[in-house]
Amino acid sequence: MKMLLENAMLIDPENSEVQPGAVLVENGRIREVWQGAAPNGTDAPRIDCRGKYLAPGIVDIGVKTGEPGERHKESIRTAGAAAAAGGVTTMITRPDTLPALDTPETLAFVKRRGAEVSPVRMLPMAALTKGREGREMTEIGFLMDAGAVAFTDCDAVVTDTKVLGRAMTYARSLGALIIAHPQEPGLSNGAAVTSGKFASLRGLPAVSPMAERIGLDRDLALVEMTGASYHADCLSTAGALPALIRAKAAGLDVTAGVSIHHLTLNEFDVGDYRTFFKVKPPLRAETDRMAIVAAVADGTIDVISSFHTPQDEESKRLPYEAAASGAVALETLLPAAMRLYHSGDLTLPQLFRAMALNPAKRLGLDSGRLTAGAPADLILFDPDAPFVLDRFTLRSKSKNTPFDGMRMEGKVLKTIVGGEIVYDRDTA
Amino acid sequence: MAFSQRHLLGIEPLSQSDITAILDLADQYAEKGRGTVKHGDALAGLTQINMFFENSTRTQASFELAGKRLGADVMNMAMQTSSVKKGETLIDTALTLNAMHPDLLVVRHPHSGAVNLLAEKVNCAVLNAGDGKHEHPTQALLDALTIRRAKGRLHRLNIAICGDISHSRVARSNLILLGKMENRVKLVGPSTLMPSGAAEWGVEVYDDMVEGLKDADVVMMLRLQRERMDGGFIPSEREYYHRYGLDAEKLSHAKDDAIVMHPGPMNRGVEIDGTIADDINRSVIQEQVEMGVAVRMAAMDLLARNLMVRRADKGEVYV
Repeated sequence: MKMLLENAMLIDPENSEVQPGAVLVENGRIREVWQGAAPNGTDAPRIDCRGKYLAPGIVDIGVKTGEPGERHKESIRTAGAAAAAGGVTTMITRPDTLPALDTPETLAFVKRRGAEVSPVRMLPMAALTKGREGREMTEIGFLMDAGAVAFTDCDAVVTDTKVLGRAMTYARSLGALIIAHPQEPGLSNGAAVTSGKFASLRGLPAVSPMAERIGLDRDLALVEMTGASYHADCLSTAGALPALIRAKAAGLDVTAGVSIHHLTLNEFDVGDYRTFFKVKPPLRAETDRMAIVAAVADGTIDVISSFHTPQDEESKRLPYEAAASGAVALETLLPAAMRLYHSGDLTLPQLFRAMALNPAKRLGLDSGRLTAGAPADLILFDPDAPFVLDRFTLRSKSKNTPFDGMRMEGKVLKTIVGGEIVYDRDTA
Repeated sequence: MAFSQRHLLGIEPLSQSDITAILDLADQYAEKGRGTVKHGDALAGLTQINMFFENSTRTQASFELAGKRLGADVMNMAMQTSSVKKGETLIDTALTLNAMHPDLLVVRHPHSGAVNLLAEKVNCAVLNAGDGKHEHPTQALLDALTIRRAKGRLHRLNIAICGDISHSRVARSNLILLGKMENRVKLVGPSTLMPSGAAEWGVEVYDDMVEGLKDADVVMMLRLQRERMDGGFIPSEREYYHRYGLDAEKLSHAKDDAIVMHPGPMNRGVEIDGTIADDINRSVIQEQVEMGVAVRMAAMDLLARNLMVRRADKGEVYV
């Protein structure tokens, strides 16, 4: 199976370049990349990209699929379809399912379902502690054998420092990556929004942005103590950044991510108690958002994720405090990211470094690159195509997007995984 | 007189003229309430449902009396013993009640924003009787009416709101209303009970009663919830009373003719000294209760008028 993608604008995150070119795909991998016109003489079927942008597919750390336990909110099949339509070629799925993915058997089930029904690649993460309860570490070795790419308790913070320290020590000996949600639960328990003028006027329980810094400071001290590989899943406050910068400068194996929502929305978007804007951590002040965007631009923050969290209508149609957190984002990640491109905050190579290259590298995958030899996980998209989002057109079972009714730009035209076209706007 | 609102969900959406319209009509109802024949027919034939998801005696009684004095059929639903206990969601409860064709829905709920949510799902007028830590608009309106009657105006007054600002929906609604009417508003309380960002609200923030009460025309005390007294937010009840309880000494720093207000129920000897509360020359606490009925009559009357106009205009059909 071959294909020649020509007349494309190639986004190369490794070399920070955008230029016209062509890509030859053969046997599921990128065979060659040419600048300018493709040479004659190849017998591969040609696909004319008509000057649109070809980039490595998105590697999305932290997707929740709803399997097992919450298939009424999302299944692996619907999440996979949403991912394909959204340009996500690899979903790194979360273990905060029911039950939590904390045994090799449940992990193997999820991995098998992914291989069977998802049109895009799906790699599961496993829980760091049993039941995500923060008391005993999971079978990290067996889980790695079963295919776990990282270990995380998601938004459940391991409050017992000794437990986390031991898990880090053990994980280090196996070369396992730990992903954590930096937060001080003593401050954030029950909080629905970020503290400040807006939260106080709305009368909502609020958490100080300082809770994130306290959580990160603790985690980084443990990383220093244990030498573990550590990724902070979603940093959203300016106050947390200096600790991250110091840890990186000290040579610790530390990276950080941020959700697309924290990059493109702020606390005021909650407005009149709009629960689709309730995410975890809560949306922050505009000054925090700007600091985080700058941190992505300069590489302090490595990864942008969707934090795709499907919630059904019943979980969201409640008073704000009682409503569930999270937003679906597999299909809106790219158009939301294009806001940052069109606003001039981030370039296309910067965005694809954070959405494809860096997450792949962090997990030891060889995708995320537009280079000969890399897997042919590619997306063709038009960053300028405008549309108004209607949440009921989403492929996810759950429709809880904060971008409903908003004007957006950026449409995925084709998604290619392992050299196969898994999504084509012309035929979808 | 122009009152433009469909619901009364908070003070925030109201304009100066909305506020004045309610207060002017409430003044008339207050006079009527002092007469022999208290009954009117502004709400005759209409149905008022009081849904209280949180305990209330005073506010519920006030709304009930206000509705009855205007001739409405008033139904009280004690939501704590109802289907909510059986797992029904707020929206389902709202739709169930909506099917009974109420005209006025009075709602109190422990969650901020819950009344806004409910108002989106029904086609009658909704009055917020207190939602979480968000707003309690009729309390602010009755406070405003009390002030206006005592001081002869509702602008350019120096008003101190004292105590547990952080957990108080009364404080929020009051500071928004008094700000809209162009008064100088001061928040006074221990820093642990002061909401974050309060200084950005266009008010002055004090943690010392003497400074905060200086030259005040109006001193509004807030109730300190029992569950906040021990350790968590303040060290003890007696230390709170010593530093923030309103007594004659602290009140002496306010203007000589300053009035003292309290939304009730009071904790005598915690946030307010009993002799101050009972001082008929200073305390207007009883008048606040009286104005409560009048303001609620006025608010329901105005909302019902708008409801009738809207139904006539649109030929609105119940679903």
